[in-house]
Amino acid sequence: MGLMSRSAAGIYAARLQRGMATRWREWGELAIQGLLLFAAMVSVFTTLGIVAVLVIEAVPFFQQVSLIEFLTDPQWTPLFAQKHFGILPLVAGTFLTSAVALALAMPVGLLSAIYLSEYAPARVRAILKPALEVLAGIPTVVYGYFALLFVTPLLKRVIPDLETFNALSAGLTMGIMIIPLISSLSEDALYAVPGSLREAAYALGATRLEVALRVVIPAALSGIVASFILAASRAIGETMIVAIAAGQRPILTLDPRRAIETMTAYIVQVSLGDTPHGTLEFRTIFAVGLVLFLLTLVFNLIALRIIERYREVYR
Amino acid sequence: MEEIVLETQNLTVYYNGRPAIEGISLRIPRRRITAIIGPSGCGKSTLLRCFNRMNDLIPSARVTGRVLFEGVDLYGPDVDVVEVRRRIGMVFQKPNPFPKSIYENVAFGPRIQGIRDRRRLDEIVERCLRAAALWDEVKDKLHQNALTLSGGQQQRLCIARALATEPEVLLMDEPASALDPIATMKIEDLMRELAREYTIVIVTHNMQQAARVSDYTAFMLAGEDRVGRLIEFGPTQQIFTRPRDRRTEDYITGRFG
Ligand SMILES: Nc1ncnc2c1ncn2[C@@H]1O[C@H](COP(=O)(O)OP(=O)(O)O)[C@@H](O)[C@H]1O
Ligand SMILES: [Mg+2]
Repeated sequence: MGLMSRSAAGIYAARLQRGMATRWREWGELAIQGLLLFAAMVSVFTTLGIVAVLVIEAVPFFQQVSLIEFLTDPQWTPLFAQKHFGILPLVAGTFLTSAVALALAMPVGLLSAIYLSEYAPARVRAILKPALEVLAGIPTVVYGYFALLFVTPLLKRVIPDLETFNALSAGLTMGIMIIPLISSLSEDALYAVPGSLREAAYALGATRLEVALRVVIPAALSGIVASFILAASRAIGETMIVAIAAGQRPILTLDPRRAIETMTAYIVQVSLGDTPHGTLEFRTIFAVGLVLFLLTLVFNLIALRIIERYREVYR
Repeated sequence: MEEIVLETQNLTVYYNGRPAIEGISLRIPRRRITAIIGPSGCGKSTLLRCFNRMNDLIPSARVTGRVLFEGVDLYGPDVDVVEVRRRIGMVFQKPNPFPKSIYENVAFGPRIQGIRDRRRLDEIVERCLRAAALWDEVKDKLHQNALTLSGGQQQRLCIARALATEPEVLLMDEPASALDPIATMKIEDLMRELAREYTIVIVTHNMQQAARVSDYTAFMLAGEDRVGRLIEFGPTQQIFTRPRDRRTEDYITGRFG
């Protein structure tokens, strides 16, 4: 009896000891964990690296050009003999194209989101939603030529004094590109509004339009605003379309008919040009890049904050 | 003899072509509480949603037969659904206040009817919150978000919101099933109070609740074919003490369901 139980205990103890197979499994799990961590860290370190390069290269620039001049001088002419380093014209250019883009994309994107979420039959929605998202997959260079070769000539018929390169055409095309971003994110926010709220409104005698305008949109508002802000950040950072269709003339204007230059287009111009590396002229792109980075970062952070708050609404 | 407000005649509802309830003929008396009881899935909600045409919102649902409201067929050709829903209010199983202020929840119905005058809205909000026995608890925080209220308070707010369109009938689909016993008791007291002015139809699978609050009881049951039918209708006391149908007796004595 005593012998029996001791050997039985031995067997159980042996089971508790880790065998070779278990050890291998543990190693395997550790390795996979490490791999996943590494993958996650790649993007973090890349981002940090980019910020570091921007800052390191921008520091010598700001040793030669004062921050005051950079932020207040109304001229941007680093590539000319008479050099001015005021970023305002580039900021105005970016603002102008983005404003045109958002003025188109926000209403159209939101309206299509409302249609998809509140009006479209399930079958139409199943076709239209992915179709809209395909728009987002078109390479931006295609949009750029679309703007220059199709939208601009079309607009010229209506607006005769439109310049060949102009903020309007680039902005509108960029707006078309951004519509799916807004409609898709806004639609997610509208669709997430519980059906019980719609039922409550219908039961009070609301029409479909009243349900959409007075219940669903207010309930999804933060998600919608977040989609607008992400779209703004996308517009500010968009490069190809404005580089191709908006021009390379950094003038301080808010007239969308004129050729302008955005921050992104300027960076392309210098990067692809023959400006020697290491010179002050070349370093301008890091200063501009830093401004661009900070702007989009701020917009994305705001959007994140809003989305977070919106997640809490129905808990 | 009771005055009849709502009446169904040979009402059948199909989902995707399959009947969920069939051949329901039922008469709802004015200013009384009528309970619809029966096991889960027998079609109580489906029946209730015919009274304010909420089934219209389900694309796969089809309704045949007649639903008369004060003699008018609600499914007739010239009927305005918006007006139907205004005059026949509904309270749902789970409290579903809008994520707006308490005030705006109650003012929602009047506002979509075009009432803008602030004093009139104030008056309606106060009257309905009082009628729903919620005024004293919320009068100092009318502009606070309704989602900060407790579940029972939210449900009474939903009742106040329904009252604000000045309905004649209140439909309630298991209005207390998501609430604790004390909140449930408050809702039941409130229903008795409201029945002086309103006709109430309440769906419940809680038999004690039906016995406690209702004047009339309709017992529904789905047979082997999973199609819900009306088994028995009568004064609550009779249904619970002298049911005529064997199945009713089995159900109320807890032998199935
Ligand atoms: N929207 C719907 N689509 C299809 N079938 C439904 C739908 N709603 C309810 N049903 C079916 O109809 C029957 C009755 O449901 P319901 O009226 O909700 O019963 P109860 O309220 O008594 O629990 C059930 O078999 C249910 O599955
Ligand atoms: Mg039900």
